[in-house]
Amino acid sequence: MVSKRKNNRAWLLVTPMVVMVAFSAIVPLMTVVNYSVQDILGPEMRVFVGFEWFRKVLRDPELHGAFLRQLLFSFAILAVQLPLGIGISLLMPRQGWRSSATLVVLSLPLLIPWNVVGTMWQIFCRADIGAAGAALHGMGISYNYTANPVDAWLTVVVMDVWHWTPLVALLCFSGLRAIPDAYYLAARIDGASPWAVFRYIQLPKLKNVLVIAVLLRFMDSFMIYTEPFVLTGGGPGNSTTFLSQFLTRLAVGQFDLGPAAAFSLIYFLFILLFCYVFRVIMTRPDEG
Amino acid sequence: MAEITLKSIAHSYSASPGSGDYVLRDVDLKWRDGGAYALLGPSGCGKTTLLNLMSGLLRPTRGQILYGDRDVTDLDPRARNIAQVFQFPVIYNTFTVFENLAFPLRNRGMRGSDVTRRVERVAEMLELGSLLKQDASDLTADTKQLVSLGRGLVRDDVAAILFDEPLTVIDPHRKWTLRRKLREIHREFRHTLVYVTHDQTEALTFADEVVVMHEGRVLQQATPEELFANPAHTYVGYFIGSPGMNVLPCRIEDGGAVIAGHRVPLPAELAARAAGRAGTLELGIRPEHLVLGPPEGGVPATIVFVEDHGRFQIASATLGEGATKDAAPDGAKAAIKLKLPPGAPVAAGQTCRLGLPPERVRLYEDGRAILGTSPATTPTTSPATTPATTTAAGTGD
Repeated sequence: MVSKRKNNRAWLLVTPMVVMVAFSAIVPLMTVVNYSVQDILGPEMRVFVGFEWFRKVLRDPELHGAFLRQLLFSFAILAVQLPLGIGISLLMPRQGWRSSATLVVLSLPLLIPWNVVGTMWQIFCRADIGAAGAALHGMGISYNYTANPVDAWLTVVVMDVWHWTPLVALLCFSGLRAIPDAYYLAARIDGASPWAVFRYIQLPKLKNVLVIAVLLRFMDSFMIYTEPFVLTGGGPGNSTTFLSQFLTRLAVGQFDLGPAAAFSLIYFLFILLFCYVFRVIMTRPDEG
Repeated sequence: MAEITLKSIAHSYSASPGSGDYVLRDVDLKWRDGGAYALLGPSGCGKTTLLNLMSGLLRPTRGQILYGDRDVTDLDPRARNIAQVFQFPVIYNTFTVFENLAFPLRNRGMRGSDVTRRVERVAEMLELGSLLKQDASDLTADTKQLVSLGRGLVRDDVAAILFDEPLTVIDPHRKWTLRRKLREIHREFRHTLVYVTHDQTEALTFADEVVVMHEGRVLQQATPEELFANPAHTYVGYFIGSPGMNVLPCRIEDGGAVIAGHRVPLPAELAARAAGRAGTLELGIRPEHLVLGPPEGGVPATIVFVEDHGRFQIASATLGEGATKDAAPDGAKAAIKLKLPPGAPVAAGQTCRLGLPPERVRLYEDGRAILGTSPATTPTTSPATTPATTTAAGTGD
């Protein structure tokens, strides 16, 4: 009896949270599910179409293009940001005012709103008035992110690297700080080279924070919208149109709510699946 | 392997040290090849710093370190070829036990069957043979510490193996086993071992010779029994033994020492040497050496408190006639501790006389021993005869 009453009290405490989550996540998600299986012809005219929209969206060549670009983008920025972030964290001073100063400087890009980042880089890279764009021109390098797809890509990637590498670096720095000094001392006694210290002491200790870094950066970059939207508007052509921009065009531009909803769900499930698989693979040896 | 010499070593962690910044001052030591040494002192006395200087993890601010005739002061640990085991076990988590043990060899470019042969030999010595294929991260703390030790032993040409309080994280009942294992390994392979600890039991049972440090200085380097019998400094007297030596202010008067207004006879030679000294004189006597109710003479005392430890009793007393626990009219009263066999007739409140056998009394001027008699025990005595009272009483905090 007593334990049963306690259980009921627990419900009371949990309910506010459940209600909050319901309104913030479950209800909107269910609305999307609702849209994804109906053809909405007018405010009062809806037809149930089953998985029609899913089939249609999955066969859309434009979406295939956006999907591939998105994957390429996410893996490109991971390939740059992880090694660079680790490298920066290894070079960061470990204590004293230099350490604090480095931390503040590194955190600055993280504090800038996304659309401001886009705007900054849009101006920064302009050939006529932007510091970087003009400098490249001055060196005789032809560079124009509004006309050349390769240049546009490079700009988007460099912008993201500038914006988010500090996050990876800060995570790794915290991981490195957690290594007791005795490990470094023992490595010196054992005659380990700097590479061996990195490979066998630092990298294993960084594994956990790197898993978090990869998850965060993958999810975030897979949903990137604002920066390319401000910088290139998805162009030139479709060359920097990533998934979320494609989705926005579908939902808001063309007002195809059904296909957009179906695609949203596929998008959501893909990120979920990727992150889950990644996490399982990376954390398995620890639990064994 | 070689003799290790420290020549007037001073060290400060500050880049531009003032006179108060030194953690080590003027340390001169010689570690014989193949000796088992303990470096004993309270936390913060500079033991670990001294160890790190010897292994090359630190460069001394001043002074010189020699391995044999070779000056290694500016060499890093890799070039010095020395082994060190730390307070907390350090193992390479991604490695198996085998790979952990092979790591120092592979770092020095050794490959193939040479590595396997040496690792297997060390594993057998430490009884790790069955664990070689296991992931090192799964081991218990004491086994990890064995692996750390193994990484030192696997290079059989190391100059010395240094231990920095290696048993801190080990279960009490495993400490004893590990310490015995260290002794065995020492007997078999005759590496020079230097063992840092703040625990006198550990130091006295491990080492042939103990170096007692305090506030960055070496106070005494001697065998355990010599430390017990003839502390060179009152601090050594306090620190070694449980309870530590009684140290009482005294003055010298016609061939005897006067404590609490009563004359204690001294050996003639000691009294002669102590007479006329300008510094503060103190008399030291071990609680074990006090005689309760001597046949003749003695200093009157009142027992204040008795602790029964089962195998012995410790009585606290105040010296002087009619002294009570609270009354100390002229400083004549002094507290003193006695270590008595179980069942000795002693009770709180009892008045008695305490005998101080002349041959057991030591005199100190400003903390330093006044040598009067030839040492009661010579440093060549076997360490197996450590005074039983010392080992039995060591609580090992």
